[in-house]
Amino acid sequence: MKAPLAYTPLPGHYDEMIGPDGTVRPHWQALASSLASFGRHELNRRTQEARRLIRDNGMTFHVHKGSGTQERPWPLDLIPFVIDGEEWSRLERAIAQRAMLLDSVLADLYGDQHLIRERTLPAEWLHANPAFLRECHGLPPSGGRWLNVYAADLVRSPDGRWWVLGDRTEAPAGLGFALENRVVVNAVLPDVLLASKVRRLADALENRKQSLESSAPGHRENPRIVVMTPGPTADNYFEHAFLARHLGYTLVEGTDLTVRNDRVYIKTLGGLQPVDLVLRSHQSDACDPLEFASHSRTGVPGLVAAVRRGSVGVVNALGSGLVDSPALMAFLPALCKQLLDEELQLPSVATWWCGADGAREHVLGHLDDLVIKPAYPTGRRERTFGRRLPESQRDRLAARIARQPHRYVAQEQVALSTTPVRTASGLAPRFFVMRVFAIARGDGYEVLPGGLGRVSASTDSLDVTLLAGGSSKDVWVSGQTEEPHRSLLAQNLAPIDVSRATFDLPSRVADNLYWLGRYAERVEAAARVLRAVVPLFSEESARRSTAALAGALSFLVDLEYVPDKTGAGAQPPERALESAVATMLDESKERGSIGWQLDHLRSTAWLLRDRLSADSWRIISRLESDLRSTGKRRTRSGVRRTLDQMVMILTSFAGTVSEGMTRGHGWRLLDVGRRIERALQVLQLLRHGLTGVLDDERARIELLLDATGSVMTYRSRYLTSLRVNLLVDLLLLDDANPRSVAFQLDHLQRHVKELPETPAPGRRSPESRLLTDAIAAIQLVDLDALCAVDGDGRRPQLVALLDRLQKDLVGLSDALTRDYLTHAAPVRHLASQ
Amino acid sequence: MTQTQTQSQSSETGSEYRVAHTTQYAYAEPVSLSMHQVRLSPRASASQHVRNTRLQIDPPASASSSRSDYYGNLATTFSVADAHRQLRVTAESLVTKVDENGGRLLSPRLSDALDQLRRRETPEDLAAVEYQVESPLAPRGVAFARFADVALVPDRSVMEGTEALMTLIYREFEYDPVATTVSTPVATVLEGRRGVCQDFAHLMIACLRSHGVPARYVSGYLVPRPGIVGAQASHAWVSAYCPGVGWVDFDPTNNVMPSHGHITLAWGRDFEDVSPFKGVTVGGGNHTVSVNVHITPTA
Repeated sequence: MKAPLAYTPLPGHYDEMIGPDGTVRPHWQALASSLASFGRHELNRRTQEARRLIRDNGMTFHVHKGSGTQERPWPLDLIPFVIDGEEWSRLERAIAQRAMLLDSVLADLYGDQHLIRERTLPAEWLHANPAFLRECHGLPPSGGRWLNVYAADLVRSPDGRWWVLGDRTEAPAGLGFALENRVVVNAVLPDVLLASKVRRLADALENRKQSLESSAPGHRENPRIVVMTPGPTADNYFEHAFLARHLGYTLVEGTDLTVRNDRVYIKTLGGLQPVDLVLRSHQSDACDPLEFASHSRTGVPGLVAAVRRGSVGVVNALGSGLVDSPALMAFLPALCKQLLDEELQLPSVATWWCGADGAREHVLGHLDDLVIKPAYPTGRRERTFGRRLPESQRDRLAARIARQPHRYVAQEQVALSTTPVRTASGLAPRFFVMRVFAIARGDGYEVLPGGLGRVSASTDSLDVTLLAGGSSKDVWVSGQTEEPHRSLLAQNLAPIDVSRATFDLPSRVADNLYWLGRYAERVEAAARVLRAVVPLFSEESARRSTAALAGALSFLVDLEYVPDKTGAGAQPPERALESAVATMLDESKERGSIGWQLDHLRSTAWLLRDRLSADSWRIISRLESDLRSTGKRRTRSGVRRTLDQMVMILTSFAGTVSEGMTRGHGWRLLDVGRRIERALQVLQLLRHGLTGVLDDERARIELLLDATGSVMTYRSRYLTSLRVNLLVDLLLLDDANPRSVAFQLDHLQRHVKELPETPAPGRRSPESRLLTDAIAAIQLVDLDALCAVDGDGRRPQLVALLDRLQKDLVGLSDALTRDYLTHAAPVRHLASQ
Repeated sequence: MTQTQTQSQSSETGSEYRVAHTTQYAYAEPVSLSMHQVRLSPRASASQHVRNTRLQIDPPASASSSRSDYYGNLATTFSVADAHRQLRVTAESLVTKVDENGGRLLSPRLSDALDQLRRRETPEDLAAVEYQVESPLAPRGVAFARFADVALVPDRSVMEGTEALMTLIYREFEYDPVATTVSTPVATVLEGRRGVCQDFAHLMIACLRSHGVPARYVSGYLVPRPGIVGAQASHAWVSAYCPGVGWVDFDPTNNVMPSHGHITLAWGRDFEDVSPFKGVTVGGGNHTVSVNVHITPTA
């Protein structure tokens, strides 16, 4: 079979799809014929489909640029990488061996150090290595394994042999991305996947779960496991959230955990709950600010002491990054013989540690052919390609190596193999690196039948990283054995119940949900008010008058949606109102504007990414793009249409988020937030809409009914008679109207009763007391007296009640925050003496 | 092989001291939870007997545990879970200094010693590699090597050369408690020619390591005597390793070879490993710390 889509391999490199005779290799044929039958057009269409899925699933990674962090969509090249089943079996065994070997090296170096005493490893390498954490010496690893998960980066040289380019042992990333890649590819190329007889990844999550659960100390039936992430700005936050979600564990940040009496607890809405195992994505030395480098503020103070006590496990074990050192590769063949009594099955790319005499001389003499890397993990993966350096820089590099040789390793620059990627004009070759994963199982390691492929951005560069503009790939192991058809992974992609583990709802997450509810309601209120104001412009509007326009403007100012500009070159009311509306819809996102409020909603939602469904995300993106398009064509009818749409979408946002959750504490706090905000908004509207000096009260009533979405309810009850006391009754006192303050208070009281007891059980909580008082105040109201106008044309009693209710609701919010939502303040370091 | 004799500073033998080290933190706002790790128990050794070590914590610790750390120092970790605005920790011990040897040290030539270290034939030589390579606060570098060149001459004995380095630092550097902070890098100390005991210890260690001589950081106390700098507080000095001789202490702040007048608390690669008192708090706001060390003869 000939190459599909006019694919031409790159001379001088091993091509993964096309053999030396110019025909497609047997294990690629099923894929190649599918690609040929698609043609470019269909391939491009499916690529768009994959991009849409990636965007909808919120699949991103972070790039650090200068001091800032950028979030980028996950780059996936749709064409999978295919590896032959038999070749894979050999790699599989070799990777399992290597995981075992590195695990044994860790056990030795954090234990008796025979390897140093018997001179298999140079003492300098260990002692100068910043990743050798002496605090971890003698710590018991969970489940008897230092490495619960291990990853290796593999490359293929022109002669077709595989080599290990790097070992990842600290907190190997990529497993979640690999699984998500398969989910996307499975959705976009289901026919091709089936025809290619690819080994499934369906068991991967279940295996990982079992591996973790058997690692937890104490052999508890249902160990409480948490996934610890540095937070939403972490490079691979998507993956942390993905794993937590699909493994069914709580995603926590360091401040969600606390250590008491050498035991780790998670701070939840229901109090402190003990934790058995922490799956970390932090560097080891960022896990405990008390034990490790004193500048670190992340992690959990006291974690190491708890591990030492054996009350909690951490995977990978703290300190595992020690063998994530390219310098170690030079010693692996000897280590393998000594520790496992076996030959190393898969060679490493030729590596020289400059700390060894002889190696240093070789490196300095061959800089042009080598890639220079730091010998110890530095957090960043720096590489210098000797050949590309101008002479002056090369001399400086040589001088640096000569001065501190132990800090550098040099590796042979392998002419990487190429594999096809989709480009706008068809298929093109790109350099390829494959990350594979091994997971501790029983007394060995099990290798995931697949992996995370990465390709270079072009064939000009051997830099195969996503940071350099490369893409990722799904890895297909061909030659599926008779496996039952299961699509566990696909099923797992359904929106996840936010409160599956009600008791494990961290206070931090509860707090974010509460504010998500408040912000969502707040944007909706702003959009409704604006929508009620816009018709005043209309030439045909019966309500249009200079007074009405001026009144509407001051209403927006009073509600703090737009700044007060009276006096500053007073514009005619019509122009002033028009510019106020424009400001509220403007992209510049001035304080109070809709864009500004959407930003708050978005950033809160972003903190909850692991808890929100793809639909919720789509809604927020949709709102933002609507706002952008309105900014461009600002016709009155266009504005009105946009606002209609916005109100509709926001209503559905509340529904989507809420309907996607079971009625646990997470949902409850979201709803509490919405109800508190809705009540506050109605109080504000009444306060500024009714209690000023009377002028065209009918216009104001209409505006208020429109702004609170109560026009229909009002008409159905009172037909066209517009009276203040009827409006107040409907919006404040009527507990059957879902938009009234009384209705919100009623629901809030029900929620508060369901929350876990506060620290003083038995006594009525301050939340409950506040609500009972507020409800009583409403029930005792004499409507006519309340709405009575005094000699100055004001309504003092109404003002007093509105103010009082507002104070109660703010008090309720404070009490809830104090009793349920407060999570730990960040830790501080004491100055040394 | 040139041999040299060094007179160790000697004073009365067998005297016992009561060591009381009080650390007090005062916080501007309440601390809801604090966790600390202290290394305040003097190490027992052939030249130093230790008994009755006690740690008093006020308010009382909610949890506390002690262990021997990687270097063999006693590390105590405790937490205070009741809200507090001040914390007072007093470590008390009875320490007896005893004569270890005659104080006359014969040592090989520096160049021979370095050759021997390179071969690492004994377990002691191999273990010393940990202190020969750089550590975060005491790196190796050309500037340190150059500064020490005049003292660490290949043909001199290790002890003679190291003592000369100690004297060099003592003469060229001014004791100045305000010139540096705990985070001043040792390279800055070398340029500024000022600092306190911790700086001089790190500098001397960096110089020794830059020449290939293993060196470690020792924390402890000085028995108060007229003309000695650094009593009433924690002190720090240096221990250097010579193949065949072992570890020998040098105090560059006072230009003496520690003996009965120095009480050893802990040792490690640099200050970070032996920090007597570290902690994290939740809450607390600004804080002030005061430290008081009292050393009195018991007899």
